[in-house]
Amino acid sequence: MVTTKDKTRRIVISPVTRVEGHGKVSILLDEENNVQQARLHIVEFRGFERFIQGRPYWEMPVAVQRLCGICPVSHHLCAAKAVDRLVGGEQLTPTAEKMRRLMHYGQIFQSHVLHFFHLCSPDLLFGFDADPKIRNVIGVAAKYPDLAKQGIFMRKYGQEVIRLTAGKKIHGTGAIPGGINKNLSIEERDELLADLDQMIAWSLGAVKIARDYTMDHIEIAKLFGSFESNHLSIVRGDGAMDLYDGGLRAIDRDGKKIFDQVDNQDYLSYIAEEVRDWSYMKFPFIKSIGPENGWYRVGPLARINTCDFIDTPEAESARKEFMAVTQGKPNHMTLAYHWARMIEVLHAIEKIAELLHDPDLQGTDLVVRGDRRDEGVGILEAPRGTLFHHYRINKDDQVTMCNLIVSTTSNNEPMNRAVQRVAQDHLSGKPEISEAMLNHVEVAIRAYDPCLSCATHAMGQMPLSVILVDANGEIIDEKTKQ
Amino acid sequence: MIEWLSHLQLPHEKTIMILRGDILLIGYGNPGRLDDGLGPAFASAAEKLGLKHVAVESCYQLAVEHAEMVSRHDVVVFVDADIGGPEPFHFRRLEPKVDADFSTHRMMPETILGLAHNLFGATTIGYSLGIRGYQFDDFGESISSQARTNLNAAFEFLETALQSTGHEVC
Repeated sequence: MVTTKDKTRRIVISPVTRVEGHGKVSILLDEENNVQQARLHIVEFRGFERFIQGRPYWEMPVAVQRLCGICPVSHHLCAAKAVDRLVGGEQLTPTAEKMRRLMHYGQIFQSHVLHFFHLCSPDLLFGFDADPKIRNVIGVAAKYPDLAKQGIFMRKYGQEVIRLTAGKKIHGTGAIPGGINKNLSIEERDELLADLDQMIAWSLGAVKIARDYTMDHIEIAKLFGSFESNHLSIVRGDGAMDLYDGGLRAIDRDGKKIFDQVDNQDYLSYIAEEVRDWSYMKFPFIKSIGPENGWYRVGPLARINTCDFIDTPEAESARKEFMAVTQGKPNHMTLAYHWARMIEVLHAIEKIAELLHDPDLQGTDLVVRGDRRDEGVGILEAPRGTLFHHYRINKDDQVTMCNLIVSTTSNNEPMNRAVQRVAQDHLSGKPEISEAMLNHVEVAIRAYDPCLSCATHAMGQMPLSVILVDANGEIIDEKTKQ
Repeated sequence: MIEWLSHLQLPHEKTIMILRGDILLIGYGNPGRLDDGLGPAFASAAEKLGLKHVAVESCYQLAVEHAEMVSRHDVVVFVDADIGGPEPFHFRRLEPKVDADFSTHRMMPETILGLAHNLFGATTIGYSLGIRGYQFDDFGESISSQARTNLNAAFEFLETALQSTGHEVC
C-alpha cells in the first residue's frame, strides 16, 4: 500500500493469484478510504501478431499454440479454421470435422474442470474471506478429498481426449490445413468409452454444486461484481449453442438481438478494438453502438444467454433452470459464470458421448482442398469465450497480417467493471483493508477465468503506463515502461 | 520388483538414492525459453533409452493432476532447469509438502509429492534433479552450450544409476 502526498492511497494486488498468467489491480482510495478508481492491469505482452509475420501459413495451427500453455488446443483449432479458408478447405470431411469437434469438447471439458475444481472451488467451499492458508486447492484436497480427486480425474479424461485426437496433450498437431491428420481407432474410442459414464455422472454433480452454491447465495450473487451488459458468442444456424462453428450473435442487456448470424469472414464490419493507455489489452466493442456502450461479455455466461437452446438433453435441462432465475432474460451475475461453466462441462461430455458413438470418427477421408485465398478468418468458442484468428498471406504463402482477438480481451471491460464494483462495495469506507477484502476483488476477476498470458497485444504498440490520480483527477505520478 | 540401493557421490553433496520398482521421470519447463527447456530435453533423451519400468513425462509446468500420475509409481524424479544452483546439477531427496501456496503456473514438486501421498495414499519417493541453466530471458528453442554440458553430465549420472538397477535397454 502506498500513501501519496495528498493522502490518497493506492493499493496494488500483484500478482493476481489463481488466474492464468499475471495481472495487477490498482485501487485508488481518497482520504475517507472511499474507492476512487479500481483497474485490472495487464503486465505481460504477447507480441505474437508480429512474431508470426513472414512465417508460412501452414505453420499457424502449430505455431500459435505457443501463445499459451493453458488453452493451446483452442488456438490450434481456431488457426486451423482460418487456414482452412486459405486453402479453400473450409468444408471439411465428416471425419475431419468430427475429430476436431471431439478435440474441442475435450479441451472445453478439461479447461472448465481445472478452473472450477482447482481455481475457484476454494472460494466457494471455504468462503471469500477464509484463511488464505486453506483457501487453495491444497486446502480443498485436505477437506474435500473426493472432490479434489474428481477434478483431477475429470481433467485427465479431457486431456486424454485431446491426446487421442491431437496427438499430444499439449501442442498437438491433429488439425492441418483442410482437415485432420488422424482418425480415432476403435481401440482409442473404447479407451474413452470406458470412463464415459463416470464422467457424465460427475459432470451432473458439478452442475449441482455450482447451481446450489448460486441459489444458496442468490442475494449475494445478484450484487457481487454484477452489472448489465451486452453478450456475444457464435451460435448454430438454428440458434443452438455451438462451441466449434457458427455465425456471430450479439444481444443487448434485455436479450434483444444486436446482430445475428454474422459471417465469420465479416467480423471486422461488426467488431472494433479500442486502445487505452493503461493496459496492454485492447477493449473490443460492437461498432454500431460505439466504445462507450458497445462493450460485451463473452464466455460461458454469455453463451448461455445468447443461445436459444442447447442440443444435448441434460445440459438443456440445466440451461432452462439457469434461465428461469432471471425469467428468461439475460443473466448478468458475475458469480453465475461458475454455474454456466458447469452447464458447458455437461454439454461437452454429452457431445463427447455423441461423437464417440459416431462411426464417422473411424473414417479415412481426412483432408479437402479447394481454391487458394489470400485471407482467412477463423472463429470458435474457446473455454473463456469467443476467439478470433485472422490472417492475410502473400503470393509466397507468408503471413503478412495476423490479428487475434482472444476471449480475455473481449472480457477486458467487463472485468474492469467487476473490479470497480466489488472494490466500491467491499473496500470503500473501511478503516483497514484486509486480505479477505482484496480477495473479493480477485474472486470477481477469477469468475471470468481470464487467461492473461493470451490476452496482451503486440510488442511496441502500447507502452505500459502506471498512473496515480488523486481525488481531483490530477495526475500526481506517472511511470511509463516502453 | 527391482530393489537397488546405492551411495552416489554427487558434485556438491552425498545423497542416498533408492530406486525400486516403477520409476517416473518428469522433465518440465518451456522449450521456447532457451535453457528453461532443459527439463523437456532431458525427458526426450530419457525416452529414447526405452528403459522398461521407467515412464517419462514431458510438460511445460507441473499441475495438480501430476499427483495422480506420481501416485502410480514407486519413485519420481522431477527434472527442471535450475536458475542459480550448483554446476553441473543438483540431486536431492524431496520431502512431501501440503501447505504450499497454489498457483496454476507454479506448482512445486514437493507439493505434487504431498498431494500424491495425502490424496491418493501413495508412498512414492521423490527426487529433484536440477540442471544448472544460464539463459532464460529471451525467446528461442536452443540450449546454451554450458547448459548443454550440464545436461549431458546430469543425463550420464541418471542413466548410469538407472541402468545399474538392472533395467534393460530395449
